[in-house]
Amino acid sequence: MTIKIKKQPAAESLIRIVEKRADVSLSKCYQCKKCSVGCPVAGQTESPPSEIIRRLQLGAGDELLQTDLIWTCLSCETCYARCPNEINFAAVIDALRSIALEKGVAKPEGNPPLFNRLFLNTVKTFGRAYDLQMIALFKIRTGNIMADTEKFPTMIKKGKMALLPPSGADKRKVRRIFDRLPENKGTEK
Amino acid sequence: MKYAYYPGCSAHSTARDMHESSLAVAKALGIELAEIKGWTCCGASAAHQTDRALAASLAAANLVLCKEMGMDMVVNCAACYNRSKTANYEVINSSVMRESVNQLLGQPYDGSVAVRHFVEVLTKDIGAAKLRKSFKQSLNGLKVACYYGCYLLRPPEVTNFDDPENPTILESLVEAMGGESLDWPGKVDCCGGGLNLTRTEITVQRSAAIIDMAQKAGADCIAVACPMCQTSLDLRQKDIEKATGKQYNMPIVYITQLLGLCLGISPKELGFDRLMVPAAAVIKATSVTAR
Repeated sequence: MTIKIKKQPAAESLIRIVEKRADVSLSKCYQCKKCSVGCPVAGQTESPPSEIIRRLQLGAGDELLQTDLIWTCLSCETCYARCPNEINFAAVIDALRSIALEKGVAKPEGNPPLFNRLFLNTVKTFGRAYDLQMIALFKIRTGNIMADTEKFPTMIKKGKMALLPPSGADKRKVRRIFDRLPENKGTEK
Repeated sequence: MKYAYYPGCSAHSTARDMHESSLAVAKALGIELAEIKGWTCCGASAAHQTDRALAASLAAANLVLCKEMGMDMVVNCAACYNRSKTANYEVINSSVMRESVNQLLGQPYDGSVAVRHFVEVLTKDIGAAKLRKSFKQSLNGLKVACYYGCYLLRPPEVTNFDDPENPTILESLVEAMGGESLDWPGKVDCCGGGLNLTRTEITVQRSAAIIDMAQKAGADCIAVACPMCQTSLDLRQKDIEKATGKQYNMPIVYITQLLGLCLGISPKELGFDRLMVPAAAVIKATSVTAR
């Protein structure tokens, strides 16, 4: 395994920011690789969990924010459940996600950040998730209009896709939470 | 027995069957599920992938309502269960998070509301003995692969649901119903549901592996307790068959649907007609003989 990193000055190193946000200590990792062995998407990623930790330990900088695992991670938490040193790697990934979003460098295949924003938009508007709006806008924005359309008539008939938006939620309470976040964080402007 | 019931957003979309069958089972067993007035979305994956304090605050908004009701929260959706328990865990264990949540929520929350999955209520508060007495029908040896997925089990120090590598709660229910719970290797694997609409090929590949293992173990059906797992395995099963070139026709049923059948509740009331892969063989197995 060859690891290439662009070393950053220690004071502003990515590892310190990640450790603080994820509330973990990555110096505990001794590379047993149980996280990578159990990871359901390790086979489809350029850098499995243990390697991301190693790169952080070696002083990797913002180039790490482009690693595909940040957005192919399924948050299944198998890595954390099996880590002998109880490192919450799923929280490490969430920290890398939030840093990538704030720096505007999250541009992964399949666009999960867009999906998340559209999901949270419906929550901000209706107080609950509204699948139909979220999926329709996601299709339009990604241009992948035809995916799964053959399923929709059956889903609507079987009541698995609500046509009308959800009602009954305390919308104001949810809106207040979003409004207290800095500059439209998490949703579309 | 009365609980504050949190249906979760999927109860009115992809998981109506889970919601309906749980309400029917609760009614038959004399469990009162009082729906939380004005409940809101727990934030799901979208929130925790964006901002940790946002995720904890959205989940805590509902926990505060349960505290006002003075009841434990009962949840069906494994993802809502996980997010709500995570919010409790973080508020209790991190003063920084507690402060952020209180600030975003605009009111204090101390992490004290117990979050229970409906399956925990059935196995711990009701218990197998009482369940057996309430059953009017048996699964008659139906071969069931119990599938747990991620959110119920992990991280174990947060969910504390069952053994994270070899859970047996669902199996105990299947055995109580007179079914045969199978020993199979896929029950704690991830279905890939988190990428269902963004990287569908990954979900299809993960879920195909799970259905394939269950079929090889001789399963008549897979029993689940998570709407994400159900959607990946049931709604995506045609895509899985297309990708693998194999025919599975594997019914993916909620454990509450099986319990409902054994309690003598009609398949329609349990939402069986909402399943994508027909579960006629499952319904037929329970109606063979009454015990």
